[in-house]
Amino acid sequence: MTHNDTIAAISTAQGEGGIGVIRVSGTDAAAIADRVFHHIHHKKLTDMKGYTAAYGEIVFEGEKLDEAVALVFRAPHSYTGEDVVELSCHGGVYITQQVLRAVLNAGARPAEAGEFTKRAFLNGKLDLTEAESVMDIIAAKSRSAARSAMSVRDGALRRKMTAVKDALLAQTAHLAAWADYPEEDIADVSVEEIIATCAQAEATLQRLLETYDAGQAVKQGIDTVIAGRPNVGKSTLMNLLSGYEKSIVTDIPGTTRDVVEDTVLVGDVILRLSDTAGLRDTDDAVEQIGVDRARKRLQQCGLLLAVFDNSRSLDSEDMALLALAKEVPTVAIVNKTDLAPRLDVERIRQSVGTVVSISAVSGEGREEVVRAVERIAGTANLNPSEGILSNERQRGNVYHALQSVREARAAAEMGMTFDAITVSLEDAISELLEMTGEKTGEEVLDRVFHNFCVGK
Amino acid sequence: MTYEAGTYDVAVIGAGHAGIEAALAAARLGCHTAVFTINMDAVGNCPCNPSIGGTAKGHLVRELDALGGEMGKTADACFLQSRMLNRGKGPAVHSLRAQIDRRQYAEVMKHKLELQDNLDLRQAEITAIRPDGDGYALTTRMLAVYHCKTVIIATGTYLGGRIYVGEVSYESGPDGIFPATALGASLKDLGLPLRRFKTGTPARVLRRSIDFTDLEVQKGDEPPEPFSYETESLGDNKVDCHISWTNDATKQVILENIHRSPLYAGQIEGVGPRYCPSFEDKIMRFKDKPRHQLFIEPCGENTEEMYLQGMSSSLPEEVQLQFYRTIKGLEHCVIMRPAYAIEYDCVDPTAMRPTLEFKTYPNLFGAGQFNGSSGYEEAAAQGFVAGVNAAHKVLGREPFVLPRDSSYIGTLVDDLVTKGANEPYRMMTSRSEYRLVLRQDNADERLTPIGYQLGLISEERYRRFLHKQEQKQLEIKRLKATVVAPTEEVNAILVSRETSPISTGVRLIELLRRPQLDYEALTAIDTTRPPLSRRMMEQVQTEIKYEGYIQKQLRQVEQARRLEGKRLPTNFDYRAIQGLRLEAQEKLNKIQPLNIGQASRISGVSPADISVLLIWLAANKEKP
Repeated sequence: MTHNDTIAAISTAQGEGGIGVIRVSGTDAAAIADRVFHHIHHKKLTDMKGYTAAYGEIVFEGEKLDEAVALVFRAPHSYTGEDVVELSCHGGVYITQQVLRAVLNAGARPAEAGEFTKRAFLNGKLDLTEAESVMDIIAAKSRSAARSAMSVRDGALRRKMTAVKDALLAQTAHLAAWADYPEEDIADVSVEEIIATCAQAEATLQRLLETYDAGQAVKQGIDTVIAGRPNVGKSTLMNLLSGYEKSIVTDIPGTTRDVVEDTVLVGDVILRLSDTAGLRDTDDAVEQIGVDRARKRLQQCGLLLAVFDNSRSLDSEDMALLALAKEVPTVAIVNKTDLAPRLDVERIRQSVGTVVSISAVSGEGREEVVRAVERIAGTANLNPSEGILSNERQRGNVYHALQSVREARAAAEMGMTFDAITVSLEDAISELLEMTGEKTGEEVLDRVFHNFCVGK
Repeated sequence: MTYEAGTYDVAVIGAGHAGIEAALAAARLGCHTAVFTINMDAVGNCPCNPSIGGTAKGHLVRELDALGGEMGKTADACFLQSRMLNRGKGPAVHSLRAQIDRRQYAEVMKHKLELQDNLDLRQAEITAIRPDGDGYALTTRMLAVYHCKTVIIATGTYLGGRIYVGEVSYESGPDGIFPATALGASLKDLGLPLRRFKTGTPARVLRRSIDFTDLEVQKGDEPPEPFSYETESLGDNKVDCHISWTNDATKQVILENIHRSPLYAGQIEGVGPRYCPSFEDKIMRFKDKPRHQLFIEPCGENTEEMYLQGMSSSLPEEVQLQFYRTIKGLEHCVIMRPAYAIEYDCVDPTAMRPTLEFKTYPNLFGAGQFNGSSGYEEAAAQGFVAGVNAAHKVLGREPFVLPRDSSYIGTLVDDLVTKGANEPYRMMTSRSEYRLVLRQDNADERLTPIGYQLGLISEERYRRFLHKQEQKQLEIKRLKATVVAPTEEVNAILVSRETSPISTGVRLIELLRRPQLDYEALTAIDTTRPPLSRRMMEQVQTEIKYEGYIQKQLRQVEQARRLEGKRLPTNFDYRAIQGLRLEAQEKLNKIQPLNIGQASRISGVSPADISVLLIWLAANKEKP
């Protein structure tokens, strides 16, 4: 890790406010932001001056994530004293995290706790008296980094990482021995062998990335909001999922005035449930507070259970909910299937991919809800014992390792010489070593001497 | 009774590969220099393989030459056969290796020392060294006392040398020359952290006793390439080498006699290199390997001694003969000099700064095997660094430190003083993280300007270098500007090289970028090509083909440079910095890194410790 690389983090407190800000700081801030931020008039952030703003969209893996405003600051006139780009998007935990991930994939490294402040200090942006507190933060950070590394040292994830690392080390050591000891009878390295090693490592790393979100859902739970117009059956659904009565259930609209929370296990997934007040506009000031809170909560959740009443046709409030449902992962739940249908379910399907029908009162359809949730959380095919990445730092390491392995394979397939391929393999190894808290050093050479008989 | 024998600016103890480069550099920089050798016939001796270069070592020789060192030119002058190793494995690992006439090499080097202005070559064993004002007083076996401003220790395997051949062991330097027995005690008195290392060499056998009939012949490159940028051409290769293999019978002899190896019997305490094991080590550690390769190399033009590369051993003489004779071609071989292991005193190199000056003893330097390295080339590289630094101390100039990203020489020195050496340190391309930038073909580009700045590269050579650089830039410009039309002739060539034909005009540089194409393939269609040397073509081609990788490594270099630019205080007690972990405090106190970059390479110093250091640096900069 160097101290001039480009770092990024969400700089607005999570779960607050209608706007999410992702701050990117470092020499390549603008270049990295350019890879995810597409200016409305195709302007490049790298060409922009400090203290200027641009409007555009955030694109991640070919899809538009959100509209955003990019603020460009030029060194030394920024908080950290480095080049900084701040991407302000619509907010919501889910969207904000996706934007951050896009930035990380584009080449930034997740900022450590206190790192923006540290850089600000190092660049003469902060008062000297603040040095002590920054050091405290870093000391705490190093403990948490150690914990993160420790978490890889046990169990299935460690075995998985060790297998990938060992395979790459063995390959690289073979390449090193073959290159450094041309006069020994060391077996030739074949392109096919390199491609096979890479392909296998890619598959494991890819699988780890794919299961990361699901793993988080299993480990930490998903912020889940149950929403729908008043009296649609939200509280009944919550009770159905949690298995006991929690919300005050009446037939009078607006009974649920506040966000009520509970943690339930739905299949393999922990849902941190909040039941919300409805989204209807109201003249009641107290109720309006509840409504506003519900809307905010909804924009920031990780999973939305949008409830619709089978016995009534869609109204403006339902339509507002469907519009919001496009921004977050959503399961649409059609309640009251025991009553005569008057709902335009096809219209709901246009906005929400996953629609299930239940009768919250009778408990019918609970299983369908469970399966839909698992599918959306990605845990349907997840086997927690196979090893799961536990935080964004680990995910970053695995992502960059995967990129390097792919680079190595592409180079091998193109017919590049092996010295070039080795460079990419070494990059991958150093990412994996960083993840497990080992320091890159003599690993390859140790393998060379251990595995190959070399001498003069 | 001692007598006063004179004063020197720079005194070098030892005239091996390290001592020679140290003494020449110091004398050429204008310092009044002495070089002491235990035996005048041992100057520039090659007690092991009769060759210079090899993987990564070839890089070192080229780099040394680019800086103004002597090894490359002398190797060229004494070459017997030259080969560029690793052709086809990629430009980063191309390495030049030359068989040399070892007696001639020693003679040429000795003569160069004799002819050098400001330099006195003396046969004298240094028996004591003691601080003397800001410098040191050296006492010789003959009781002469020299007062020296700076001293460079380059004692090789002579310091406390002990030879082992089976149950036989005796104090000795290499090749039967007597060892330095008294100096070690004096160094221990100074408190230098000495330890024992070991190395070994195979037997030399009589050429007439070898049956070459069924052996594979290894020829040199045609035309052979010189090491030095000043050597125009080498002429023809003069000798062939041969390859043979050990077999089951060889292995049996070893297994039956392994108890007679001093290493396995526990007599040798020195740490030997893993990469250069004796043959019995190879057998014991790789039991499943059915056979081992060996090279039979001539030691010179006017000798029948042949070197058996790969067959070093410390088994008894009669066992050596027995196992050599199991090898095809060697069935009737006659041993002229037996193989032996040699154990010697060397120093923990982390006691030194990146200038190779001892932290606790200003003006005292170390170089070569004494610093825990192995190999002629590694020694020469360090000798040069120590020689320049000693001279700079005398002349009041800035320290001379080559960063890792500049060269293998910089990498070697940094590894030694930062990580230390738990076994004799050999250079390898795998040791550099900047392999695609630090190629042997661009050593002059990386280092000749530095050599010129030092004052060790002549005006005339520097002008030639600049001219070459200009030619290269013109050629790259031409490749970028020249468009090749999609004619039938062009496409026929492309298809014959198994690369896709073109349908529109394509720049020459784009064609050269394709892995399947090179200058040679494009000769017929590249009509505006000026006459270019083979070296030039290879270099241009490499830079074009590997541009992406080179750019990537250059970016890493730039990042690293920023950390190298953040200098740390010298002789500092890191316990004063709160927030550093205890282990980091101890390691930093021991290594005393020059800058943050070096600090970050110390094992036991974590990224968080580096953050703390950075903040501490920034905080203290603000103080008046």
